[in-house]
Amino acid sequence: MSVELDVFVGNTTIMDEEVYQLWLDGYTVNDAVKVRMEGGVMDECEASKDVLLSDTMDQYRTFQMCERLLHSPAKLANQLLFQIPPHRQIMLIERYYAFDDTFVREVLGKKLSKGTKKDLDDISAKTSVTLKSCRRQFDNFKRVFKVVEELKGPLVENIRQHFLLSDKLARDYAAIVFFANNRFETGKRKLQYLSFQDFAFCAGQLISNWTVGAVDNMVEDMDVDLDKEFLQELKELKILITDKDLLDQHKSLVCTALRGKTKVFIEMEGSFKNLSRGLINIAANISLPLRLYPCRSDRWSAADMKLYLTHYTNSAHILDTFKHQVVWDRYMGVVKSCIFKMYHD
Amino acid sequence: MPGKLKAKIVAGRHLPVMDRASDLTDAFVEVKFGNTTFKTDVCPKSLNPQWNSEWFKFEVDDEDLQDEPLQITVLDHDTYSANDAIGKVYIDIDPLLYSEAASVISGWFPIYDTIHGIRGEINVIVKVELFNDLNRFRQSSCGVKFFCTTCIPQCYRATLVHGFVEELVVNEDPEYQWIDRIRTPRASNEARQRLISLMSGELQRKIGLKVLEMGGNAVVGYLQCFDLEGESGLVVRAIGTACTLDKLSSGSAPNTNTHMHPNTAPASNACNSPSKDGKEPVFVEDLPSSSGPPTPFRALPTSSSPPPFSPSKPCSRQSSSSDTDLSLTPKTGMGSGGSAGKEAGPLRTLLRQQTQTALEQRGASSSGLLLNAREFPFFTLTSFPPGFLLHVGGVVSARSVKLLDRIHNPALGNTRSYKLLDWNSVTADEPETRDAWWEEIRQEIKSHARALGCHAVVGYSESTSICEEVCILSASGTAAILNPRYMREGCLDIGCTDHRFEEPSPPNCGFCHIPYDELNMPFPAQLTYCYHCRRQKVPDVLFTTIDLPSEAAVAGKGCLIQARLCRLKKKAQGEANATAISNLLPFMEYELHTQLMNKLKLRSMNALFGLHIQISVGENMLLGLASATGVYLTALPAPGGIQIAGKTPGDLSSEHISSIQKRINDTIAVNKELYQINPPELAEEGVGSPIPEPRHRSRLFRSHSESSDELSELDLSHGKKDAFVLEIDDTDAVEDIHSLLIDAPPPTGFYSCNTENMPGISNWTSGVQMFTSVRVLRLSNANLTNQGLNKIFTDLCENLLKSFYFKLRSMIPCCLCHLNFTVAVPEEELIQVTVTAVAMTYDKEQTQEKTAEKPVNKGSLEAEEQLQFPLELCADSSSSNIQTASKISGVGESTNMSPRAASVDYGSFADRCSTWLELLRLKAHTIRRGSVKTSRRTQSLAHSVSSLERCSPLQEGRSRSLRSSRSFGGSSVTVVKMTPLSFLPGTRIIKYLGIINMFFIRETTSLREEGGVSGFLHSFIAEVFAMVRAHVAALGGNAVVSYSMKECVFMENPNKNQAQCLINVSGDAVICISETDQESSASTANTGQTGGSETDGAT
Repeated sequence: MSVELDVFVGNTTIMDEEVYQLWLDGYTVNDAVKVRMEGGVMDECEASKDVLLSDTMDQYRTFQMCERLLHSPAKLANQLLFQIPPHRQIMLIERYYAFDDTFVREVLGKKLSKGTKKDLDDISAKTSVTLKSCRRQFDNFKRVFKVVEELKGPLVENIRQHFLLSDKLARDYAAIVFFANNRFETGKRKLQYLSFQDFAFCAGQLISNWTVGAVDNMVEDMDVDLDKEFLQELKELKILITDKDLLDQHKSLVCTALRGKTKVFIEMEGSFKNLSRGLINIAANISLPLRLYPCRSDRWSAADMKLYLTHYTNSAHILDTFKHQVVWDRYMGVVKSCIFKMYHD
Repeated sequence: MPGKLKAKIVAGRHLPVMDRASDLTDAFVEVKFGNTTFKTDVCPKSLNPQWNSEWFKFEVDDEDLQDEPLQITVLDHDTYSANDAIGKVYIDIDPLLYSEAASVISGWFPIYDTIHGIRGEINVIVKVELFNDLNRFRQSSCGVKFFCTTCIPQCYRATLVHGFVEELVVNEDPEYQWIDRIRTPRASNEARQRLISLMSGELQRKIGLKVLEMGGNAVVGYLQCFDLEGESGLVVRAIGTACTLDKLSSGSAPNTNTHMHPNTAPASNACNSPSKDGKEPVFVEDLPSSSGPPTPFRALPTSSSPPPFSPSKPCSRQSSSSDTDLSLTPKTGMGSGGSAGKEAGPLRTLLRQQTQTALEQRGASSSGLLLNAREFPFFTLTSFPPGFLLHVGGVVSARSVKLLDRIHNPALGNTRSYKLLDWNSVTADEPETRDAWWEEIRQEIKSHARALGCHAVVGYSESTSICEEVCILSASGTAAILNPRYMREGCLDIGCTDHRFEEPSPPNCGFCHIPYDELNMPFPAQLTYCYHCRRQKVPDVLFTTIDLPSEAAVAGKGCLIQARLCRLKKKAQGEANATAISNLLPFMEYELHTQLMNKLKLRSMNALFGLHIQISVGENMLLGLASATGVYLTALPAPGGIQIAGKTPGDLSSEHISSIQKRINDTIAVNKELYQINPPELAEEGVGSPIPEPRHRSRLFRSHSESSDELSELDLSHGKKDAFVLEIDDTDAVEDIHSLLIDAPPPTGFYSCNTENMPGISNWTSGVQMFTSVRVLRLSNANLTNQGLNKIFTDLCENLLKSFYFKLRSMIPCCLCHLNFTVAVPEEELIQVTVTAVAMTYDKEQTQEKTAEKPVNKGSLEAEEQLQFPLELCADSSSSNIQTASKISGVGESTNMSPRAASVDYGSFADRCSTWLELLRLKAHTIRRGSVKTSRRTQSLAHSVSSLERCSPLQEGRSRSLRSSRSFGGSSVTVVKMTPLSFLPGTRIIKYLGIINMFFIRETTSLREEGGVSGFLHSFIAEVFAMVRAHVAALGGNAVVSYSMKECVFMENPNKNQAQCLINVSGDAVICISETDQESSASTANTGQTGGSETDGAT
């Protein structure tokens, strides 16, 4: 005796948020039943394991059928197959596109290609996110990337409108797309301590200040590609380290301003050249991996860092022979805020 | 040329990719009606094409308009090869043919393909211009309204109920035609879908014609069914109740039609006058079975019916007609009695049948003259306006086993043209055969009803179960006596009722009073005086197929009661098989009945409503499932407990027996608590809510054995008169008792019933969730016993219920209403159970008092006021004169009674009074629905107009405006609620848009890829829901009421990775609006009305 067929279909599609999460997390039906049993749902309605299994199967099937629609969320609102109240639709979409920070941290900046997809089982093992869930998240990244790639207009807005995501999630996706597009490496050991949110913030800064879109908001890829002219101009900032006079002048200005204001002044003074070189080299070589870590030192506090960078930036304005004030501001504004963000434990 | 059909194809969306190279589709649309086809331009390379076509115009007969659906086919243009079909939409344009229903069909329809399911959507606008030629109008039956609802639809008033209408049409099943071997599955499925659509249309038109002939304008309780007889064809049949309905808003004088029945007047005169001898021969001719000689044989369950009804004789060329003629008709009049469980089952049934037949003959000889042989006094309605139903006798049912035989028509043979709809050539005599079969069954039902002293059958329904060439035809209903004032003359066999009913009965118990003669009871039953009025006799239990009358006095809540039964049967062929089945049937009926009775008593209830017994036949087993809603009627005596007695000592120790006895008593006590059954006796203890019933009176009449007040009295002393004795004489009996006890009560917060109204709950809140669930069980073990099978089957049903409770737990407190179980044996080792029901939330706070008040405030005076019928209807009919007179005097008497009842000293009178008034106010609302209110009416009309406006063909703008007007902000899809009930809580139906009757086939050759059988069926059911919703939305509606899934035939072949499923659904598309909207808009009218009825109630 065995149940050959077992379905339950409601006029309003019945969805249990808990089961949805289990499905998204890549649990098998049997594992999901186990989790639910442990969660005590059985006591609620004198249910047995069979009932739970049947319910879980039904829900899983429903989600699988919905999945196709979730790939283009706009369809969910005007499809006719499932009658789902709008607030539920929003929940379904938001959760489907939600991702694990640990997972995204692994693929951030990598090419969203088949090659990467093949590595997902390693990532799954490393992050203990189920492979199924990894695949969904990876496919989500890829799908969003593909869609917005060809769209004009602001990136975050495009993602939000196209995938009906919340502002927060849309911004995160924008960061992922940005990183994937520019292939900024984030896997370096020195960057390991940084969370996805740190990177997302930086991406946000870059998008709003350094991309084509910051200048012209009606071109393709405006928020994904960095402003090439700007990058060219950045090269000219090199003068700050190549011109010995300027370097010294800059150093003395900064040191004057800093003196007495920080405990690590000596160290700051001593490493000025290196620090400056680091910062300017990033500018000259921005297409290379984003190396925003040169100033990190164990002994500097965040306040020290802030103080230093503020004076470093401001002092450059006073330099007579330094002509690239606009570029300098556009550059340092972002670098400063990124470094502040990253300067944590 | 009385009609012009116009269609416009606006746009498509979400189309599938048909061209792999470009990932796009070059779509165009063919619009076909009858033999005319139009095409749109190709919209190249788009998955969201905008066609914006011209108006395609079809000039057609209204007859075609009724029969044919508009067929829209979406195709992918291919320059080099044949165009690929994407899918189809069939639009039934019937709703556009009534003046009051929808005026335009406009909206997004799912594009459906029988192999791929839904593939995108298409936006279509359809209109019909009917040329108002009244004469032509009447030739077809355009304008006759159809309702699936089994009560008088909400915004209508019935001025007249004409009676039973039935029709069936037969055709060859395209699936079994020779051409099917060479065409694709898709073509075959589409041929079938189209054929059934055509047949349904034709059937509806024919029924409409009958209704017009009778002088009616509507069919209520329309029930259409398919019999897929395989090789022998496809039968589409329908029954319904013809009525003359007035739209309440019309405000016209209600009596205009009542005296005008030119068509039927002569006939009715003939039937009503008992002294007209001239009519006798006609009757004899028409009814050979009841007056014919072979009476001794009729008493036997296996006797064959008289030759005139034999199925295939007229056309059979073979000489041995007895080989093919087989009509075995076990008859069971399932009466309300039967508490005497001691008799051997089959014998008792036999005995009962004998008595019935005897009575039947007696009845036939005495009142036969009055019969209108051509008409059956049957009503498919299950709930009635107050005052309509006078007395209820009990359930009557008849079953008959038939052998389906392919009609040999040499003219057709194998060379038959494969044209689908050649009505002239197709099996010309087959409908007559099927007609005769049903006629025979109906006659039997009618005679059962007569044996119960009743002249009508209400809550009537018919069904079939087919396995290979064997077909069980079943019909059941509730024998009743109706108030003749509301009937068309002659439609009831009024003369049959004797004069025991001169004394009128109060409405809240009157229907319980026995209609039959106390001395000649058709079955053994214990009669007592009614616990309400103390004047008339009532039976100890009452079984009915109808809904609980709204005026009935009940205690506590109702609950779903099911009897389940499996019987193994040897595999056999043809006649032997049919004989085996028909031999089994009486045993099954008896056992189901006993199970129901036991379970009823176990729940301490005394009446069943909505009883539906289904017997399904498979190759090696029969399945029986009886579902009903149990309730405690305060007019009936309290049910005694169940007593266990051991017959064979030694086998079972007395300890064992007493332990079982204790379990049973405990269960009864628990159930009493659970369903809050606190009948009058308990009220004295101050437990629960007291029921304002004249206690002192009931005391007087209560028999000695029942006067016990305490729960502990429930462990019944031996010899107690009404105790129900179960004997344990073998292990089977023990099993049976165990199986009785395993029915788990619903978890806290849940109630369940299979009727329209949940007894004891009426304060619904707005939560509604309709669902369909299908479960198929494979019996792997071939050596199963009957007991083992029973257990499996019972568990299957119980587990289904448990699943529902679990899934719907977020709706608590909630009630599962209209739980409709359908069982089938699709293959040898498969059992399929299909359930459709609705879960509705209710307000827990208010339920407590409702039941207690019911009896008090339903005075017969009020009932009179609520009547939506003209009263002078039968005044000129001589035979019913006496009755009418007595009825009027009765009204007077019952008015006198109500103050008497009110003067009884209640425990907490003041308390009660306030809630009582509240209830009256509530009731005033319902009354107002029926009475004239110009202000509100116009309001609601304006509403409906505006909602139609919204659906007007403004393409894009339309959906947007809809979006903004719906309560759900972001969605562009109209929310369509569905319910198997005739109402949606918290809303008022302001317009019926027409009947929804859809038939779909889905097939797959990639079962595994679609998620196995469950995945396949899951998506198919979801698709069916989606298509129903889309059609309703396109009609401008926002809900489907009286929804039912009448057929769900599932076949699979996992080895071939194939499956096929057929689903037939129906319902009424409506526009409903929130009740609170209405109340606020017409508050002035409200207060006036409320005040009026309050004073009425107080007097």
